[in-house]
Amino acid sequence: MTRTLTLALLAGTTLGGMAAAQDVTLTIESWRNDDLTIWQSQIIPAFEAAHPGIKVNFAPTAPAEYNAVLNSKLDAGSAGDLITCRPFDASLELYNKGQLADLTDLAAMANFSDVAKSAWQTDDGATTFCVPMASVIHGFIYNRTAFEELGLEPPETVDEFYAVLDAIREEGSYIPMAMGTADQWEAATMGYQNIGPNYWKGEDGRRALIDGEASLTDEAWVKPFRQLARWRDYLGDGFEAQTYPDSQNLFTLGRAAIYPAGSWEIGVFTPQIEGAFEMGAFPPPVAAAGDTCYISDHTDIALGLNPASPNADAARTFLEWVGSAEFATLYANALPGFFSLNSAAVEMEDPLAQEFVSWRERCEPTIRSTYQILSRGTPNLENETWTASANVITGAETPEDAAARLQEGLESWYQPAQ
Amino acid sequence: MSARRPFRWHIVVFLAPAVLIYTAIMILPLFGTLNLSLMAREGGERVFVGLRNFGVLFGDPRWSASFWNALGNNAWFFLVHMLVQNPIGVALAALLSSPRLRMAAFYRTAIFIPTILSFVVVGFVWKLILSPIWGIAPGMLDAVGLRWLFAPWLGREETALTTLALISVWQFVGIPMMLIYAALLSIPDEVIEAAEMDGITGWSQFWKIKLPLILPAIGIISVLTFVGNFNAFDLIYVSQGALAGPNGATDILGTFLYRTFFGFQLQLGDPHMGATIATAMFGIILVGVCLYLFAIQTRLRRYQF
Repeated sequence: MTRTLTLALLAGTTLGGMAAAQDVTLTIESWRNDDLTIWQSQIIPAFEAAHPGIKVNFAPTAPAEYNAVLNSKLDAGSAGDLITCRPFDASLELYNKGQLADLTDLAAMANFSDVAKSAWQTDDGATTFCVPMASVIHGFIYNRTAFEELGLEPPETVDEFYAVLDAIREEGSYIPMAMGTADQWEAATMGYQNIGPNYWKGEDGRRALIDGEASLTDEAWVKPFRQLARWRDYLGDGFEAQTYPDSQNLFTLGRAAIYPAGSWEIGVFTPQIEGAFEMGAFPPPVAAAGDTCYISDHTDIALGLNPASPNADAARTFLEWVGSAEFATLYANALPGFFSLNSAAVEMEDPLAQEFVSWRERCEPTIRSTYQILSRGTPNLENETWTASANVITGAETPEDAAARLQEGLESWYQPAQ
Repeated sequence: MSARRPFRWHIVVFLAPAVLIYTAIMILPLFGTLNLSLMAREGGERVFVGLRNFGVLFGDPRWSASFWNALGNNAWFFLVHMLVQNPIGVALAALLSSPRLRMAAFYRTAIFIPTILSFVVVGFVWKLILSPIWGIAPGMLDAVGLRWLFAPWLGREETALTTLALISVWQFVGIPMMLIYAALLSIPDEVIEAAEMDGITGWSQFWKIKLPLILPAIGIISVLTFVGNFNAFDLIYVSQGALAGPNGATDILGTFLYRTFFGFQLQLGDPHMGATIATAMFGIILVGVCLYLFAIQTRLRRYQF
């Protein structure tokens, strides 16, 4: 007892001494501006309470501008101490340019599996440069209250999916599906990458594409576009000018019944709906009942260190904490829908988040097809997929033409390793 | 034989602030951009590649398709301004300068106010007005029985660019109006009186007397519109994002430059190609302005009063 007390006092004095000596402020660059209040009210106070002397400032930018803003700041030397890492090439490029520090020796790295770290490693897997934070899962969120009112069940197969959409449309009080094409990325991310893995068989298809064994003009890669083209009839009036926030609002105001989603929406929707109706979720529908389902469980967000930071020691302390089980539990519960990549089991309270994460047990996970390697050149496959997906939904391009254009663009710079 | 005049230092002193500031924030960056467009990054090193970037921009089918698309859109954006904004500006100025118009000061202020608003405000407000979901445009058209006229204009390839150009016209019509208004006011009364003595009144007075006298002002407005439109970026970026959708239909040189220079989403920024586009834009504007200065401005007749 006395020993613990002495130790505590000792620790207290040392920490106090450190606080007086360093009292540093760490700035975090991030694209998660939706999470600002959660960082300020829950995550940062938890860290600061345990680590006096280190202050943390969460400074997010708008998601679409993040990469451009971050690159300019890093080049100009005005970026924050901690950098939120996009998965794969965007971060790899920063590491290669010496703008992300090597974190392989961080003790907390032992808490993550190789798969979890793969998005923030060099191609040979020898160096890890960001601490994995979370992955996001794609699927469909639906208005359960509306479904019960109309006597509908969440669909499992593609045919059931369209039957449900038809039923909602015929009844007429709800927009069947909330999605717009104005921002383009919704169509690609919540559309193509959401339903696609069921057609290209998840990791197998993605790897075949990288190895050059598959082509984007193969049936497996064109079929998701054909599905998107069918979605047109179920979207709201004027969906061509509907933006991402418009879609979110249509759903949370209870005007739309189904929302093609990423799990990160859980944390945004729940407080907005305030119990006005109940939400449920179903995974992307499969072709026939009993087929293996594939889901996009995308390693999405990690935290790295700016090597130019004058507060590298404090920043490493923060990163060790980000890699701990304590942070994993705090983060997964504060931001339901961001699923921890930490090997430690995390208890989540949110029922919708539990529903999403339960798919991991029965479906095969994969990541977004365009993120690893395939978006290294110009034209950039991810960005082209945005335009193609939006065009297919508005009818400006046929699924076959869009796929052919993507493949042609990819071939113009990408020679798969033989 | 007069004594050699002392060097007039005060000229240098008076010119210095403007010359120094202009050089530091305009001329040096301009040459920096030109320099950047002749370089490329190869294996981590910045090397001189001559005109190769321009070869890529105009020779590579993808780059050149994007470039010509942006230039074409930009030309249409400019054309809408010339055909809509400037004639309306002239007409409003003619109305305002009419001595019989009451509350002229109110109209002048009301029409000019949008000009001082931020692009961000204008883009956002119009996006909301025209939103098919929350906007008031569908409801207002419905109230006069014209609901069928409404379409999600900003989301359609055929209409998005024209809609944005008209929004920009709405915002900036005050500038040509003010300049022309000032030019109209500066026409001496004697000229007008002489015209009236000769029996030239009303519309023919405007066409035959006033319009020739304000032509130089219209010329200046055209140049300002040209430079402003070919440097435009903010409105498109605010309302359509950096991808300038739908399907690149609203992509103008400014957004194309931004995407290339700073990168977008997974696309990393390429300062060298970006600088190449910036240089091409500079060239286009330079040629346009020179054409005006040498081919048109010198032929405009000026009248001394």
